[in-house]
Amino acid sequence: MIKNIDFKICFSVMAILTVLVGLFQSWGIALSMLNLCLISAVMAMGVNIQWGFAGLINFGVMGFLAIGGLATVLVSVPPVHEAWRAGGIGILISGLFLAAVVISIFFINKKLSKNKYKNYFIFLIIILSIPLLKFIAGPSISKIESINAATSGFLGGANLPIIFSWFVGAILSALVAFVVGKVCLGLRSDYLAISTLLVSGIIITIVKHEEWLSRGVKNVIGLKRPVPYEVNLQKSEWFINLVQSINSSKLSNITDLEVKISLLNQLVITSSGVFVKLCFSLIFFVVVFVILYFSEKALNSPWGRMMRAIRDNEEAARAMGKNVVKQHLFIFMLGSAIIGFAGAMLVTYDGLFTPSSYQPLRYTFLIWVMVLLGGTGNNYGAVLGGFVVWFIWIQSAPFAMVVINLFTNHLDESNYIKNHLQNSVPYFRYLMMGLGLLFVMRYRPKGLLPEKIIKN
Amino acid sequence: MDFLNSIILLTNFIIVPGITYGSQLALGAIGVTLIYGVLRFANFAYGDLMAFGTMVVILMTWYLQSKGISFGLLPTALLALPIGILLTIAVSLFFDKTVFEYYRNKKSNPVTFIVVSLGIMFVLNAVVRIIIGPNDINFMDGHKFIMKAREFKQLTGLNEGLAVKSTQVITLVTTIITCSILFYFLNKTKTGKSMRAYSNNEDLALLSGIDPKKIVLITWVIVSILATVAGTLYGLDKSFKPFTYFNNLLPIFAATIVGGIGNPLGAFYGGFLIAFSEIGLTYAYKKFFKYIMPESLEPSTLIQFISTDYKFAISFAILIIVLIFRPNGIFKGKVI
Repeated sequence: MIKNIDFKICFSVMAILTVLVGLFQSWGIALSMLNLCLISAVMAMGVNIQWGFAGLINFGVMGFLAIGGLATVLVSVPPVHEAWRAGGIGILISGLFLAAVVISIFFINKKLSKNKYKNYFIFLIIILSIPLLKFIAGPSISKIESINAATSGFLGGANLPIIFSWFVGAILSALVAFVVGKVCLGLRSDYLAISTLLVSGIIITIVKHEEWLSRGVKNVIGLKRPVPYEVNLQKSEWFINLVQSINSSKLSNITDLEVKISLLNQLVITSSGVFVKLCFSLIFFVVVFVILYFSEKALNSPWGRMMRAIRDNEEAARAMGKNVVKQHLFIFMLGSAIIGFAGAMLVTYDGLFTPSSYQPLRYTFLIWVMVLLGGTGNNYGAVLGGFVVWFIWIQSAPFAMVVINLFTNHLDESNYIKNHLQNSVPYFRYLMMGLGLLFVMRYRPKGLLPEKIIKN
Repeated sequence: MDFLNSIILLTNFIIVPGITYGSQLALGAIGVTLIYGVLRFANFAYGDLMAFGTMVVILMTWYLQSKGISFGLLPTALLALPIGILLTIAVSLFFDKTVFEYYRNKKSNPVTFIVVSLGIMFVLNAVVRIIIGPNDINFMDGHKFIMKAREFKQLTGLNEGLAVKSTQVITLVTTIITCSILFYFLNKTKTGKSMRAYSNNEDLALLSGIDPKKIVLITWVIVSILATVAGTLYGLDKSFKPFTYFNNLLPIFAATIVGGIGNPLGAFYGGFLIAFSEIGLTYAYKKFFKYIMPESLEPSTLIQFISTDYKFAISFAILIIVLIFRPNGIFKGKVI
């Protein structure tokens, strides 16, 4: 067993693998895989901040990703003025009402902290406020949802550039994390895991069913992009010239003008897709590097030392006068903000927001596998985990196909077992993930790149 | 007459479905709570263990059906149940030997166990989907209804009908049988008592000569039986879909914690509490109030606490409320 793997070697291997995919499959596939690897790396860094730095187990990743996704809708989609006129005031009033309820709960919690009946008061407020909220908001919601139900039926957003939504997603996630953290962070590790998982379930239910806000299961499609569109690229002069100059050797071999033009068109269409993905990759690389830089700084700062002290021995840290509760809440918000940021990036890259696609297996537990496999407490490990796991996730289906064909080669084409296995190829990725996680936990429990203990 | 009608209405739409769903949750929750009590971790692979057991039962049912064997009025799946249980026990013990035993000997912390159970969850998830596919499967055969709504109306002359599906009765009867055997075992037999002792205080139990290996083995056997039975009953009542089984893990966890984790009786009540609040809070009481209120006071709205979309969210919300106010659960569980 190799004790210490250098992170540079790991990343070089991943880069080579990506290039190989580009050469043997296609550059489009390789780049879209790379982009999702980068987004996954951001998610993994968010979880790593919570779990690796502070030892907080957050199984609510899916919920924060969805909030980030919701932010893209709220920020970038043009507002539906008709819907605002019809029900905007009702929604605003109910929003104020909701805020009042939350504030009053916190107020009661603080003022009556000695009172025996405090909990009953809070419970009563929650129970009464739900029907009241429905009563206030109900008519406006049905009005909003009835306006052009097939194409809009929601309030729309602020019509701002979509890059803003990444930051808005981070802020929204942090706010939600504040409330969740206030409620759940006092719990012991396994209770915390279960309750955050359930909270993320609640968040998804809300995003899925509040159609006036997010269009719910009707999905929002055609979101804006921070990069040019393929169609526009294919018409622009400079891009065609660029493609021509890159492929000049290939083109100059052809003498027939018509064939030459059709080949050029073909090249322009394929390379416009690649170009768009390349632009995305550049932006995502910048994001990954910035977050990586700051989390490394944070990890090695006095604050990071304190967080690790709290993680390793809470009692001792408390005895030293550190405010454990406050720090836990802060780091929970920080990690969730990064996860929300990644959620907004993901939706931006996809160009559509589909609330029903958020499932815990893909959006919570897979991210956790990334962190655990990459190395808890090590930022490079989290990034590497994002790369490796996403690579396996994508490439395991073709790999399984090859293996199945190898073993069932002697069987007839119409053999039932062979066909059945070939049809269930997509599910082999779950098998790979599970086995990968089990083996890593057994033989390399600290992950591929273990945490570095810095001794002063 | 109106009063009777209102009672029948509630029975038909809340009590009968509530009891059925509650029994399924209760069986699942007892399994989770036993794992938590004896093996001391929250098993995230439990939903997929249920799916695995049900899958074996379905495959066996198909085999029996192809041979022309049926169980008369009852669903064939009940005949196939023992095979499903046996294979599920085998799988549980396999994973215990290959995975959990190592961490138990190392005395790893609960989080490591949770992570490892996630790995098993992925594996079982894949196995089930590869073998039987991700689609909805209905494997209920035999007699569908014990009483149809129309027959009930004709029989009693009431306006409201009461429909009872045979799966609902089967669920209830099976749950009663399983739970009475289980609680007899836990409370009266020597092995059961030693299991509870082990769950209560491991060191003391070891000192008094209880064999931990035997306890672990028996726990996995019981848990596998419960998982397969609960999964099969749920599948018979609704339908089998691997993804639904994974999702059912969440209300089962809620029921477990609400009832006090590590406390089987609490888990039993917790299952019913969750089921009845899910169904009771999302039911529209308009018709009910129409029957019992004088005409002048008839409600104009649906009188529904929260819309049915939020059915799952209710169980989560209950769990969170319980966790804040009584972290040990309503019925005192343990804090490990």
